[in-house]
Amino acid sequence: MIRAEVIVTLKDGILDPEGKTITGALDGVGIEGIEEIGTGKYFLLQLKTNNLEKARSSTEAVCEKLLSNPVIEKYTYKIIEE
Amino acid sequence: MKIGVVVFPGSNCELDTQHVLKNLLGQKVNLLWHEQHDLEGSDVVILPGGFSYGDYLRVGAIARFSPIMESVIEFATKGKPVLGICNGFQILIECGLLPGALITNGSLRFVSDHVLLKIESDNSIYTSKYDRSQLLKMPIAHIGGSFFADDDTLGEIEGNDQVAFRYCDAEGNVSSASNPTASIGNIAGIYNKEGNVLGLMPHPERASESLLGSTDGLGLFESLILFN
Repeated sequence: MIRAEVIVTLKDGILDPEGKTITGALDGVGIEGIEEIGTGKYFLLQLKTNNLEKARSSTEAVCEKLLSNPVIEKYTYKIIEE
Repeated sequence: MKIGVVVFPGSNCELDTQHVLKNLLGQKVNLLWHEQHDLEGSDVVILPGGFSYGDYLRVGAIARFSPIMESVIEFATKGKPVLGICNGFQILIECGLLPGALITNGSLRFVSDHVLLKIESDNSIYTSKYDRSQLLKMPIAHIGGSFFADDDTLGEIEGNDQVAFRYCDAEGNVSSASNPTASIGNIAGIYNKEGNVLGLMPHPERASESLLGSTDGLGLFESLILFN
């Protein structure tokens, strides 16, 4: 069984209003030591294959075609074998 | 003229659009379900406003893969008019018929308000009925409509005269004070390079009867009819 964890975040320079708002709440929460919080999306993929290479290529394809918009977003992923 | 208005799960402006074109302008309007491929002989295709697929993933991202979109892309590539209003604009961007991206409004708020628009491009099939200096009052109602493009793309859009409308104030000034969504360059709507595809965040179909506070949107549909 192979799974993939995908994280999609905004590219540098793209305004992240949600992250900015959360960062703004830090003082109110009373937590120190955090400079900035950025937001993103997490996806968990259950692959149909047990072949690592195929899993990678399907994951990359879905990241590029559906899960992220390359104009404003970038992605990272991690393959998990169980 | 035959107008096809595409209906996605979550579209909610298709009947308003149909009402204006059919009852006010006497056109034949077919509602086209997103699962079909057939555009039913449409001369113009409109992607209406709404919240297709609940805005899941990214606005317009899932609707973009609906079966009908293959036909819409082919139709647009042939130079036929395709108009995307609000969510329709978002779908046109996601499918690559229009450049750039639409991101969450700078204020993080859903903005529902009447805005003023400056007509930016001459000789468009969508604005021929307007006087170029006329400011158009139309409503906007969205949270994901702040236009964004990287510097190169923006340079191309501006250089090719692809900006259709900009948010402005009552004097026609384009500034951050007259930019309800923090849209780059106050952009409210853009054309593709060829000028046959238009996407805009404001709702011309909600500004076509005086009862609704403005009739400034009507000219856009009248221009399209004139073109055909």
